[in-house]
Amino acid sequence: MEQPVKNRNIEEIVGINGQTWKEKMIAYKAHPFSFFMWILVLVAAGLTISTLGYLILYIFVKGVPNLSLSLFEWRYTSANVSMMPAIINTVFMTALSLLISVPIGIGAAIYLVEYARKGNKLVGIVRITAETLIGIPSIIYGLFGSLFFVIALKWKLSLLSGAFTLAIMVLPVVMRTTEEALLSVPESYRTGSYGLGAGKLRTIFRVVLPSAIPGILSGVILAIGRILGETAALIYTAGNISKIPRSLFDSTRTLAVHMYSLSKEGLYINQANATAVVLLILVLFINYISGLLANKLSKASGGEK
Amino acid sequence: MRKIKEEFMEIVFALTASVSILSVVLICIFLFVNGIPAMGKIGIIKFLTGTTWRPSNKIFGILPMIMGSFYVTLGAVVVGVPIGILTAVFMAKFCPPNLYKVLKPCINLMAGIPSVVYGFFGLSVMVPATREIFGGDGNSMMTASLLLGIMILPTIIGVSETAIRAVPEKYYEGALALGATHERSVFFTVIPAAKSGILAGVILGIGRAVGETMAVIMVAGNQPRMPRGILAGVRTLTANIVQEMGYAQGLHREVLIATGVVLFVFILGINLIFSIIEGKEEE
Repeated sequence: MEQPVKNRNIEEIVGINGQTWKEKMIAYKAHPFSFFMWILVLVAAGLTISTLGYLILYIFVKGVPNLSLSLFEWRYTSANVSMMPAIINTVFMTALSLLISVPIGIGAAIYLVEYARKGNKLVGIVRITAETLIGIPSIIYGLFGSLFFVIALKWKLSLLSGAFTLAIMVLPVVMRTTEEALLSVPESYRTGSYGLGAGKLRTIFRVVLPSAIPGILSGVILAIGRILGETAALIYTAGNISKIPRSLFDSTRTLAVHMYSLSKEGLYINQANATAVVLLILVLFINYISGLLANKLSKASGGEK
Repeated sequence: MRKIKEEFMEIVFALTASVSILSVVLICIFLFVNGIPAMGKIGIIKFLTGTTWRPSNKIFGILPMIMGSFYVTLGAVVVGVPIGILTAVFMAKFCPPNLYKVLKPCINLMAGIPSVVYGFFGLSVMVPATREIFGGDGNSMMTASLLLGIMILPTIIGVSETAIRAVPEKYYEGALALGATHERSVFFTVIPAAKSGILAGVILGIGRAVGETMAVIMVAGNQPRMPRGILAGVRTLTANIVQEMGYAQGLHREVLIATGVVLFVFILGINLIFSIIEGKEEE
């Protein structure tokens, strides 16, 4: 990466041809338009990053002092405004949604990659519908979930209605990443397995899937990220009760919904601040893991080439 | 025995693949069946072009919300598109590799931050700031546009960056060889070559902005009347559903679902444009 350039301080070098800042500035004198565009690009990038930085800093500075033990008590009361039930509900909701969407998503991807022959009509339709599902905003999922799961199937406002709604929402994410992961498994693995006498199923489960696991995991993590932050799809499917559910048919409130309720009511701004920190830490953690996985993936594929 | 198992599993996999088809069909059926009759009862023209929304008097015109969504999205595009594209240019053509290693995860993080957190930030930082600087009560079209503009940045940056990187390096090098500066080469050869990819990113961003719900509700004021300027409050289609769905009954409820249908049709249209552009690019 770093190429030492003789007689020059590396930090001064800005261009690929080894210009120093000073030289660059002098060169810009002859090209005011280029200078202007350069400044514009820098300003835009600076704005983007400083906005993100300010947002994170603000949430942490305002939120961390408000984190207190009473916010993590087991029971929610209007006195302690505990977010613990919401955290536990989020775990349940995430687990249940993944339990539904991951097997279906992986199965669908296996069909698309391993079974479907060229010109298979089903494949085209599945791709179009998956793309449609990705583009649908979460409020439409919420509306559909409340019409279908809550009313038509009579599941009421419940953990189950919410989980099924979210499962449909993240299904295309899991499907697409798994599909990419399966496609990146070299064909020689399959032919090798067939050559040793394994059938198609055994090849898929013993050879193809294990080598696609990191890719599949990154899809699952993306899905977790979406479930964690989801609000609009849950308000009218899982409801707003901040208790730990006793059954699948109890109404629950995830952390994101909890946070929305707190900031909407306007009574618990400090607690909303604290909840924002917890939510943001979870998102940071998920992002960190997916970054690690992505690194691992790019290294693995780089090694094979 | 083994053959039966193999065939059985193939059917199982085909069934799982069909789940996404089934989902789209169910979503369409349930939205349309529950929403269209209400449009019929009110009269579709009256419903779409009525400028008054007064559920208690059974007056249901959603033009204010359609215009609200339109203006807020337009504002988000004005804020987000130039900054997003320029940032993408920075990421692809100006960023030193060491800085890129830090910036790329930051942009990914920006995409991962939940909309409630953006909304909360808007509510506690941007609303008071707008109130201080421009007057009004801060919950306004402008605040919502700014916030949405920020929220669609990662989408636009991600797609545009990929599009810019996909342009063959020889375009850039050719321009340099003809004596153009780095900036001129990037802005007059690389970006024009990447324009359909960038456009796809912008359309995707527009889709996000139209469909965004929670963040907008928290900063837009949500008054159901025709937009009265950028410092006045507006209500979007999405906000209309969430605000009133909790207590609506009878025709009112059906009308809210019909609002969802209108939103759904808009989104499908935007997605269609997106896939047409993307399809063209692949050719």
